[in-house]
Amino acid sequence: MRTLNYSAEEIVETIDMVRVERLDIRTVTIGISLFDCVSGDTATLCERIYNKVTTVAAELTRTTRDIGQEFGIPIINNRVSVTPISLVAGQADADGFVRIAQALDRAADTLGIDFIGGFSAHVEKGMTGADRNLIAAIPRALAETKRVCSSVNIGSTKAGLNMDAVALMGRTIKETAALTADRGSIGCAKLVVFCNAVQDNPFMAGAFHGTGEPDAVVNVGVSGPGVVLRALEQTPDQDFGALASLIKRMAFKITRAGELVGRTASERLGIPFGIVDLSLAPTPAKGDSVARILEAMGLERVGTHGSTAALALLNDAVKKGGAMASSFVGGLSGAFIPVSEDEGMIEAAEQGDISLDKLEAMTAVCSVGLDMIALPGDTPAETLSAIIADEAAIGMVNKKTTAVRVIPVAGGKAGDLVEFGGLLGHARIIPVNKRSSARFVNRGGRIPAPLQALNN
Amino acid sequence: MTPSKPTAGRAIVTIVGLDRVGIIAGIANALADANVNILDISQSVMRDEFFTMIMMVDLNTSTLPFEEISERLKKKGEALAVQVEIQREDIFKAMHRV
Repeated sequence: MRTLNYSAEEIVETIDMVRVERLDIRTVTIGISLFDCVSGDTATLCERIYNKVTTVAAELTRTTRDIGQEFGIPIINNRVSVTPISLVAGQADADGFVRIAQALDRAADTLGIDFIGGFSAHVEKGMTGADRNLIAAIPRALAETKRVCSSVNIGSTKAGLNMDAVALMGRTIKETAALTADRGSIGCAKLVVFCNAVQDNPFMAGAFHGTGEPDAVVNVGVSGPGVVLRALEQTPDQDFGALASLIKRMAFKITRAGELVGRTASERLGIPFGIVDLSLAPTPAKGDSVARILEAMGLERVGTHGSTAALALLNDAVKKGGAMASSFVGGLSGAFIPVSEDEGMIEAAEQGDISLDKLEAMTAVCSVGLDMIALPGDTPAETLSAIIADEAAIGMVNKKTTAVRVIPVAGGKAGDLVEFGGLLGHARIIPVNKRSSARFVNRGGRIPAPLQALNN
Repeated sequence: MTPSKPTAGRAIVTIVGLDRVGIIAGIANALADANVNILDISQSVMRDEFFTMIMMVDLNTSTLPFEEISERLKKKGEALAVQVEIQREDIFKAMHRV
């Protein structure tokens, strides 16, 4: 009996996916609960957090390096997400929260990981004193640390939109931009404002370890826009049914690879396996772009009419393929369209072919939302809040996660080029609507949750 | 979990490059040095240009950790001007078999 159960084509396809089409395991994230670190004394809390994170994730980078080599698939990022800090630091003041962020940063540094997420608060229905202190600490926390990521959930389908928090987050983003003005306002790239945040998302900056999760868990984020792009390019003239089927097949294979890596990492680390987040997450590298997939479907440039429909098809096919491949698909699974991180989106923004309005429309059908978009530095805080409110409303009404990660580049004007470096890429600043939203934003209070019967 | 532990299980070795004398011998020797048994070999020409050889090997008797075997094969490949990869079989099973 032949031992070699795989055809040469299958083996070469896998190697091609990795070498040519840049299939990678984007991230292995250990989620860690910090509830057992709670202390009324901030110094003790910091010490316990540092000790727990560095103990639980001690073997993370070595394990992923070994697994990457053994399977021949690169694992790009090692990350840790923790319990939303506002839940474990009730007594800390704003200074205390900054010190906690620094403790998280030190832990990330010791572990040699890329990011640590969970400097977070959930305020969809109202804010506690701890939530206020955490939000007040965000600009300094992000300016004074390298690897800490922050997120704030300001709305949900069940609770509605906390417009006081929305107004506050507009000002917080402005302040974060100002404190990191010397670095292209990069602090804002580590801050996400969510509606309907999910608890098991391994993608930064929005990753945190939700309260419904176990003490520790391994989540995996897989990405392969290049693999899908190549498959579409090789079958240029098929109809949409065939196109969807092709994407599903590719998503299936990618997810299976992710599940294998996740389960192997879980076994070796002795930490339970959580979910595979199957997402087409781009990078600035050529051939690793979601925008190019949409263009391969027949759009001259992403951002033109038809982009939303193309993205809807892509996003749905990715989910269907992934759902079949793994019993535990979770997180934000779908297609991401971060503007500065996607080579095709960067080009569309440079040519002025994609607008903020079209981006917003596209986020109604894909994962996450207005992501990594550079805006003029003089954009008023109220306008940022109004952008957040619009995006959150899409999430709230459509029962999906949406997020805003925009960067009002201090001193930058529409058309200027900003360099963020590394995976964060670069972007042309996109203009915003000049008309004021101040009166609307400053009303305060809460936009009520939508009726969920009588769907239309 | 220590990286120095010899590895178990099966792996697939792929060799891609231009045909020449001594490729099979060189790779087989490197594997034999690590006490890795070759279970199967298949050879074909892909896309009319690449010589590809695919081996299924058994790591259960290996005396070296995976990292070391991988490193040695890579070096041998460089000497023979071919690309050599070794990957655990599980990845192909996961992606291509339901």
